[in-house]
Amino acid sequence: MKTDDLIRLMAEDAPVRFPLGRRVGLALGIGTVVAAVLLLATVGLRPNIAAALETLRVAFKVTLTLLLAVTAICLVLRVGRPDASLKPIGLCLLIPLALLILAMGLELTAVPSAEWSSRLVGVHAAFCVFCIPVLSLAPLFGLLAALKHGAPSNPGLAGASAGLAASAIAAAIYAWHCPDDSPLFVATWYGLAVCLVTATGYGVGRRMLRW
Amino acid sequence: MKHFAREQQWADWLRAAMAGDQQAYQRFLVAVTPHLRAMARRRCDQFGAPKGEAEDVVQDVLLAIHLKRGTWDPSRPLGPWLTVVVRNKLIDSLRRRGRHVEVPIEDVAATLAEETGADTTDHMDAERLLEQLKDPQRDIVRSISLNGAGVRETAARLNMSEGAVRVTLHRALKALAAIYRSDMQ
Repeated sequence: MKTDDLIRLMAEDAPVRFPLGRRVGLALGIGTVVAAVLLLATVGLRPNIAAALETLRVAFKVTLTLLLAVTAICLVLRVGRPDASLKPIGLCLLIPLALLILAMGLELTAVPSAEWSSRLVGVHAAFCVFCIPVLSLAPLFGLLAALKHGAPSNPGLAGASAGLAASAIAAAIYAWHCPDDSPLFVATWYGLAVCLVTATGYGVGRRMLRW
Repeated sequence: MKHFAREQQWADWLRAAMAGDQQAYQRFLVAVTPHLRAMARRRCDQFGAPKGEAEDVVQDVLLAIHLKRGTWDPSRPLGPWLTVVVRNKLIDSLRRRGRHVEVPIEDVAATLAEETGADTTDHMDAERLLEQLKDPQRDIVRSISLNGAGVRETAARLNMSEGAVRVTLHRALKALAAIYRSDMQ
């Protein structure tokens, strides 16, 4: 085929109806709503949510997951653009991590060592590790589908970012149900769930998001 | 300065194109192509590969620009975006042809800024390429690219709506990109 013919063909297909930013935004919006509705329709909020939010540990858990979700969303909004610089936002991800480590330190000093293990294990560890990945399915699927239209410099990283954003959204939603409030619990089980989904995103992205 | 003015012009064209201006898009593609060709030829010359192969690389890169233009944020400069897309696709396209290459990003930026003359050769046989497309796609591609008909004319001739022709054309371009990708492996 002559290059001029190809150009003529492409020119007839000029308009872009869904720029990448809109696709990713849509995936985030719909994914978040689906995950929130799923939580409300199944296990629901914890019974004493208003009172619980006034306690330090619950307020921290909700704030931390929200902060992680917002940072990861900023990352995933950029990761599909080949010319975007990811370093600044990547460094911002260290803020929630640092806060979590700080909170763990405070928890370890505030709680006698005999109680450490029971705080860490909590009551619903297995359910937490099950529930966060399930809630992250809709946003993860949406984000990967949106990023398929992207041009990431590093497809694995793009998939991992999608996994991180999806699981952080799921964690921020699950936190409104979760009855386990210790930062030790959050670090262990939320951390495990987020890592699982992020690793899944990496694996899928490496294969699926090449262009 | 001259380079900067050109980048502005290209960005204006691509912005208009994304809003639906076909002529602006055509101008953009015609303006970018000689630069892509210069880069592809230089790489292919290094391996003693035939000129036709360079033209396949050019088309491969053009298709990538086309299919990924929605990842350019029109409020940002075009240069960095174009440089990265071209470089990645150039490496990818040459690698699939078994040529292991390093393409320094400065080279890409510099060649996009250079003056180039226009001349073309084609390689990939149009008919062989078209054979690999499914039917409404093949008809539409033939009508628009080889016979030079517009979407409206093509729609009337094939008894399809213009919208349907546009959707099929978009899919055909995706399919062509996939054919380029698989053909070289």
